[in-house]
Amino acid sequence: MHSDRAPTGLKIAAAAGLAFMHLPLLLIFIYAFTTEEKSYQWPPPGLTLKWFAVTWGRADVWEALSLSLRVAAISTAIALLLGTLCAAAVSRSKFFGRETISLMVILPIALPGIITGISLRSAFNLADIPFSFWTIVLGHATFCVVVVYNNAVARFRRISGSLVEASLDLGADSFQTFRYVILPNIATALLAGGMLAFALSFDEVIVTTFTAGQQQTLPIWMLEELVRPRQRPVTNVVAMVVVLVTFLPILGAYYLTRGTENVAGQGK
Amino acid sequence: MSDAVVETGRKGWLTAFSDTLWRKPRLLIFLLLAPPALWLGIIYLGSLFALLAQSFFSIDEFSGVIVYEFTLKTYRELFTPANFDIIIRTVVMAAAVTLASVAISFPIAYYAARYARGKWKAVFYLGVMLPLWSSYLVKVYSWKLILAKEGILNWLFEALHLTWLLDAYLAIPVIGGNSLSVSWTGTFLVFVYVWLPFMVLPIQAALERIPASMLEASGDLGATPAQSFRHVLLPLALPGVIAGSIFTFSLTLGDYIIPQIVGSSRRFIGQAVYAYQGTAGNIPLAAAFAVVPIVIMGVYLWIAKRKGAFDAL
Repeated sequence: MHSDRAPTGLKIAAAAGLAFMHLPLLLIFIYAFTTEEKSYQWPPPGLTLKWFAVTWGRADVWEALSLSLRVAAISTAIALLLGTLCAAAVSRSKFFGRETISLMVILPIALPGIITGISLRSAFNLADIPFSFWTIVLGHATFCVVVVYNNAVARFRRISGSLVEASLDLGADSFQTFRYVILPNIATALLAGGMLAFALSFDEVIVTTFTAGQQQTLPIWMLEELVRPRQRPVTNVVAMVVVLVTFLPILGAYYLTRGTENVAGQGK
Repeated sequence: MSDAVVETGRKGWLTAFSDTLWRKPRLLIFLLLAPPALWLGIIYLGSLFALLAQSFFSIDEFSGVIVYEFTLKTYRELFTPANFDIIIRTVVMAAAVTLASVAISFPIAYYAARYARGKWKAVFYLGVMLPLWSSYLVKVYSWKLILAKEGILNWLFEALHLTWLLDAYLAIPVIGGNSLSVSWTGTFLVFVYVWLPFMVLPIQAALERIPASMLEASGDLGATPAQSFRHVLLPLALPGVIAGSIFTFSLTLGDYIIPQIVGSSRRFIGQAVYAYQGTAGNIPLAAAFAVVPIVIMGVYLWIAKRKGAFDAL
C-alpha cells in the first residue's frame, strides 16, 4: 500500500502550505516597486525603481542598519564563545545539574520575549544602568547562546572520544587537541550556529524595545513605521532588503551543515 | 613526526595546566561551564527573579508610587474581570493558533519526511527555513499589506464577486469586525503565519524518526491508511507536535506587537505587560502579568517533558 508515490491530497496540502508560507513574502518584493505612496493599493498602479534611490539617501535607515549590524556582530561573538563552552561541557560528560544547565540555556527563547525584555529593563533600572549600545548587546547575546549551543552540542556528540584520546596519546596537550582536532571538527557547526545567531539578533525586536534607549535598530525603525506609517514606499524597500539580507546567512548555514541530517528511522 | 617530538618536549605552566585538566575532568567541566553559567545566571535569571520579586509589591493607588512591602494584592488584581478576560483571551488565541498550525504543518512535514527526496528534500527544507528566519516584522508587515482595505485580499474577494461572503463573515461577533485588519481573525491569521515554521520543523524531525517499515507492518496487518495514521503515525509524531506547540503557544502568549498592528483594541497579555510597565508605570502589575505565561509555560513544559517532546527539538 505505501508506495513511494504520495497521495494527491497530501501533495496538494503540502504545496498549499508552502505557498501560504511564501506568497506573503513575495508580495513584499512587488510592493517595493509600486508607484503608490499613500496606501497599500493592490494591484500596484505602476512600477518604479525610484524608491530604491530615495531609501539609499536616507541617513536614518543607514544609521539603524549600522547599529543592527554592530549589535548582531558583537552578540554573535559572545554567543559563540558562551554557547561553545556550554556545549563542550554538556556533551562531554554527565554531571550533576546538567539538565538544569540545558534548561537555563533554552529558557530565554522558551519564555516569551517580552518577559526577557521587561526583566532586563527593570534590572537595568534597579541597577541604574543607562540604556546604551551595550544594554542591547546584553539582551541579544543572552538569547543567541541557545542557537550556537544547539548546533555545537549536536556536533560535539558526533565527535568520537577516541579522536581526542588519540591526539593526547600522540603527545598533544589539551590546547593543541582543541586547536587541531576539535576545532576543525566543530568549525562548520559553529559557523552555522553563528550565522543563525546573527540572523536572530539582526531581526530581534521584542527584547530590543525594552533594552534600547533612544537608539534605533533596523527592526525598531520598522516597528515605528508599522505603528505609524509615514514613509510607506521606503518601508517597502527596507522590508525587501531585509528579507534578502536574512536569506544569505540561512542559505550559508544550510550549505555548511548539509549532509549531516539523518536518514529515516535511523535517528537517535 | 619530528614536530610531534618537538611538541612533546613543550614544558611550562601551560602544559602542566593542560595535564591537570586531563587528570581532573571535573575542573575542566567547571571551567567550561563557569562563563556561560555566570552570564545566564546573573544577567538572565538575576533579572528574571528581580522582576518576579516585584510582582509581590504593589502600587499606591493615589500617589502611583511602588510600595516595597510583601503583598498578594497585585496578584488579586489579575483576577478582576477586565484582567482575567485578557488572560482567557490570550490563552484561547494561543490554543487556536497552535491547532491551526498543526493542521497546516502536518501535511508539509509528512511530505517532506516521507516522500521528498534529493532536490525536493532541499526545497522543502529551505522552504521552511527561509520563512522561519525571515524578519518577524517583515512578515507582520506583509500581512498588513494583504489585509489592508485596498489590499490584495479584498481585491481578490471583489474579483471573484464574493464580497458578500466576506461581509457576512465579518458580521459574526467576536471573530469579525469592521475589516479583517482590525478583527481577531486578522490577528489569528498573522499569528499562524508567523509561527507556522516553528511547528513544521519538530513535526518533520519526529516523522523522520519513524521507520517506514512500521507503516508497512501496520498495513500488512490489515490496517487501512486511516487506521495506520491514527494508531501508528500520530502517536509516534506526537512528541514532535508537542515540541512545536511549545513554540507556537509560548510565542503567542507573549507577543504584543502582532495584536497591536493587526487586531481589535481588546488587549492580549503581552500588550497588558507592555502598557503597565510603560506609560502606566505599574511595574508590579506588569510583573504579575508576566508570571501568567511563565506559569502556563512551566506546566506546559512539564507535560511536554513527560511526553518526551524534548528529544524532538
